[in-house]
Amino acid sequence: MLNIDRDLGRFRDIVRGRVRRDLRRYMSSGELIGRKGKETVSIPLPQIGIPRLRYGKNQGGVGQGEGEGDQPGQGPRAGDASGEHMLEVELTVDELAEILGEELELPRIEPKGNRQTKTTKTTYKGIAQQGPESLRHFKRTYRRALQRTIASGGFHPGRPIVPIKDDKRYRTFEVETEPRSAAVVVYMMDVSGSMGNEQKEIVRSEAFWIDAWLKHNYDDVETRFIIHDASAREVDRETFFRTRESGGTLISSAYKLALEILQKDYPPADWNIYPFHFSDGDNWSQSDTKTCIKLLRDELVPMSNQFSYAQVDSQYGSGQFIKDLEGAFPEDEQVVLSRVPNREGIMNSIRELLGKGN
Amino acid sequence: MAKISSRFLREGRQLPPELEDARLEIKQICEEYGLDFFETVFEMCTYEEINMIAAYGGFPTRYPHWRFGMEFLEMQKSYEYGLSKIYEMVINTDPSYAYLMDCNLVVDQKLVMAHVFGHVDFFKNNHWFKPTNRKMLDQMANHATRVRDIIDREGASTVEQFVDMCLSLDNLIDPYLPHIQRTRKATEEPEDDGSVGRLPSERHYMDRHINPPEFLAAQREKKASQAEKAARYPEEPVRDVLGFLLQHARLAKWQRQILQIIRDEAYYFAPQGQTKIMNEGWATYWHTKLMTKHILTDSEVIDYADHHSGTVAQRPGQLNPYKLGVELYRHIERRWDRGQFGKDWLDCTDPRERKAWDTGAMLGRDKLFEVRRTHNDITFLDTFLTPEFCREQGFFTTKFDKKADEWVVDSREFADVKKQLLQMLASRGTPRIYVYDANFANRGELLLTHEHEGLDIQLDWASVTLANLAALWGRPVHLETLLEGKPIRMSHDGSEVTREEVR
Repeated sequence: MLNIDRDLGRFRDIVRGRVRRDLRRYMSSGELIGRKGKETVSIPLPQIGIPRLRYGKNQGGVGQGEGEGDQPGQGPRAGDASGEHMLEVELTVDELAEILGEELELPRIEPKGNRQTKTTKTTYKGIAQQGPESLRHFKRTYRRALQRTIASGGFHPGRPIVPIKDDKRYRTFEVETEPRSAAVVVYMMDVSGSMGNEQKEIVRSEAFWIDAWLKHNYDDVETRFIIHDASAREVDRETFFRTRESGGTLISSAYKLALEILQKDYPPADWNIYPFHFSDGDNWSQSDTKTCIKLLRDELVPMSNQFSYAQVDSQYGSGQFIKDLEGAFPEDEQVVLSRVPNREGIMNSIRELLGKGN
Repeated sequence: MAKISSRFLREGRQLPPELEDARLEIKQICEEYGLDFFETVFEMCTYEEINMIAAYGGFPTRYPHWRFGMEFLEMQKSYEYGLSKIYEMVINTDPSYAYLMDCNLVVDQKLVMAHVFGHVDFFKNNHWFKPTNRKMLDQMANHATRVRDIIDREGASTVEQFVDMCLSLDNLIDPYLPHIQRTRKATEEPEDDGSVGRLPSERHYMDRHINPPEFLAAQREKKASQAEKAARYPEEPVRDVLGFLLQHARLAKWQRQILQIIRDEAYYFAPQGQTKIMNEGWATYWHTKLMTKHILTDSEVIDYADHHSGTVAQRPGQLNPYKLGVELYRHIERRWDRGQFGKDWLDCTDPRERKAWDTGAMLGRDKLFEVRRTHNDITFLDTFLTPEFCREQGFFTTKFDKKADEWVVDSREFADVKKQLLQMLASRGTPRIYVYDANFANRGELLLTHEHEGLDIQLDWASVTLANLAALWGRPVHLETLLEGKPIRMSHDGSEVTREEVR
C-alpha cells in the first residue's frame, strides 16, 4: 500500500467537518429514519475544491459533428471541468450520531444497579518511545537524557543536556471503559390526528436522532417504545419509527402505560430512568391534562432522573399542554421542556433535552 | 536510478512472460519507425494501486495532502460503479514509468504499451518538455520528505492551511517562463532635463513643423507614463505570480520552501497542459499504426476496434483531444505526402485542382517528426488547421443562448472555429493574471491585473483566492478585471472582500 491511506483519512476528516456544518440539514430530512447503527448512508456533498482564479461559465466552445440531434444542450467548456462534480460520502448512522453528540450527555445519571452500562473515554496517561513531537514529554525525555549523560560519564554541571532520539518519550493515550449505571429510556410519541405529516416526521426525526446518539454512546441502554393517540400501546422499534395512525389524544394513556412498564421491569433503585415524550400538545381535555400532571408529579417524575417533553408546533392543535406543564413544574430541574418550531429546530431541541449542564 | 527501479519492481509487479514478449516486440517496431524514447519500465498494478498512483499524478511518493485522498476516492468510486477506468498511466521521467492494470485484456495491454511508447517519445523529444526535470521521481520524493519534516516542526494543520493557500494560486504561473529569458532591458535613460522630448530644431521657424503641438502632447503623455512606470515595481507586469511571491512576499523560511515546492511541481506539469492534443494525438497515431499493421492477431480485432473507438469517440458537441490530435497528424501526413505545401499550393485557389494535388513528395512521416519536436497545441493548430480539415471534421463553435437557456451552434466558418479553438487553448480555463504593482497606493499593497479576453472571472472563487493571496502577501491585495464590461477592482484587506468600480 502506498501512503494514500493518510491522505484519504485526512480527507474523510474534512468531509466530517463539512457534514457537521450541514448537520441540521441531514437531520431534518426524514430519509434516514429507521436505519440502524452500522448501516451506511450516502450523503451527497458538493465537491470540495481548491479555489483558483478561473473563468466563469459564460464561455463558448468548439464542437465537432452534426451539432444537432440528441444532446443539443451539451456544450463544451474549455479548461477543466472539475469543481462541478458531486461527491458521495458514506457514513454510518453511528458516525453521524457521534458527530451530533459531542456536546450531549445523559443528564444526572447515577450509579445504580448491577447491570452496568459502559462508556469509553480516552485519557493521555501512557508513555511511549515513539510519537508526534507535539506530544513529547519534556520531563521524561530530560530525565532519560540526564541518566544517559551521567551513566556515560559525560555529565558536567553547566554543560547542557542534549537528548538524543533514544531519550525521547511521548505521551500516549489509553482507551478506558468507565462503568456507567444501568439506564432505561422510554420513548412516547403522539400519533394522533391533530399532528400533520410534517409534525409526525419532525418528532420522529428527533426521537430517531436521540435514539441513534444514545445507542452509539451508551452500550446496553434499554429502550422501550410507546405510541399513543386516544389509547396507548407498546410497540417495537421498527413500528415506532414507521407507523402512521390517527385518532384522538389522551396523553394520560401513554403515561399510564409507561408507568406500568417501569414499575414492572425497572425498579428505580436499580435503574436510571429517562422518559421522553413527543407531542403537539393538543390534549383531548383539561381533565385529562390534570390526570397527566398528577401522574407525573406523584409517580413518573419522582422515579425518573429526567422527564423530557418536546412539543412540536402544529397549525391545528392548541399547544396548550406545554403551558400546563410549565405551570405545574415551574422550578423542577427534573422536568425539561422544549419547543420544536420546525425541522430546523430539531438540533436545538435535542441540545435542550440532553445538553450538558442542564 | 537502479535503486528506484528495483524498489519499484517488487515481486509480482513485473510483466508476465506473454506481455514481456509483446513489450519487446512493440519496442522493436517502435524503434524501427524511428521513435526515440527513454527506457520505459512497465508495471502491473491492481485497479486500486493504479487509482492511487493516478491520484498522486503518477508519482508514488508525494507530500501529504488531502486532495490526493479525494481524487483517489473519486476514481475508486467511478471505477466501482463502472463509469470510467484508467487504461494507461505514464510519467515523464528518465527512465519512464508506465502502469498497466492487471485485469485488462492482453490486447488492451498491447494497445497501452504502443500508446505509452508514443507518449515517452513525445516527452523526450518535444521542445516544450525540454526544461522539465527528468528525475522528477526523486524530486517529488524529496519534496515529500521536506514537507513531512516541516509538518513535524510546524504542526500538520498549520502546514496544511498554508499548502491549501499556495495550491489555490498554483495556476498563476508563466508557462513560457522556462523557455524565455526575461531579462530586464538595460535602458539607459537620458538625464531628465525637464523638457518634453522636443526634437532638435536649429531653425526656430521650423520648430512648429518639427515639433507640432500634437507631437508635443504625445511626447508629454509618453513621458508621464514612463514616470508612472518607473514609480511602479515591478516595472513590467509579471505573469509568474508564484515566483514573484517567492521573491518578495514576507514569508517564513518553511513557507518559502513549501511555496517553492508547489511552484516547481506546477512548472513540471505545465507542458502536459500545453501539449495535451499533440501528445495524446501522437500516442494514438502510433498505437493505431502499430496495432493495425503489426501486432493484432485475428482474434483480437473486435476487442481492439471496440476499445480504440472508445478512446477516439466524439461525444456530441464535445472536443476529444485524442481524436482531434490524431486526425490532424494524419491530415498533415497526407498533405506532405502529396506535396500540398509551399507557395504554389498556397497560391492555388481552384478547389478541384487542390483536391487532386499530388506531387508525390512523400514527406509526410518526416514532417510529423518535425511537428512533434517543435510545436505545442497552440502553434500546432495555428499552423496546420485548414479550411479543408475543418470541413472534413465538421467543426462548429457554440454559444450559450440565454433566451432558450441552452447551448447552440453559433458558426461553422473556418475563421470563427479557429479563433475560438485558439482562444480556448490559450486560456485553458485559466485567466492571464499579472502582478502589476507591488507597492500599490504607496502602501505596499499588491495589485494584480487580469488581461480580459472577453470572459469574466468566476467571482466567488476569486474572492477566496484573493483571501489566500492576502494571507500570503501579508498586506491588502487587489485584482483589477472587467465584470460585464465594466472595469472593477476587487480588494481583500485580510478580513473581507470589497468590490468597487474603477474610474
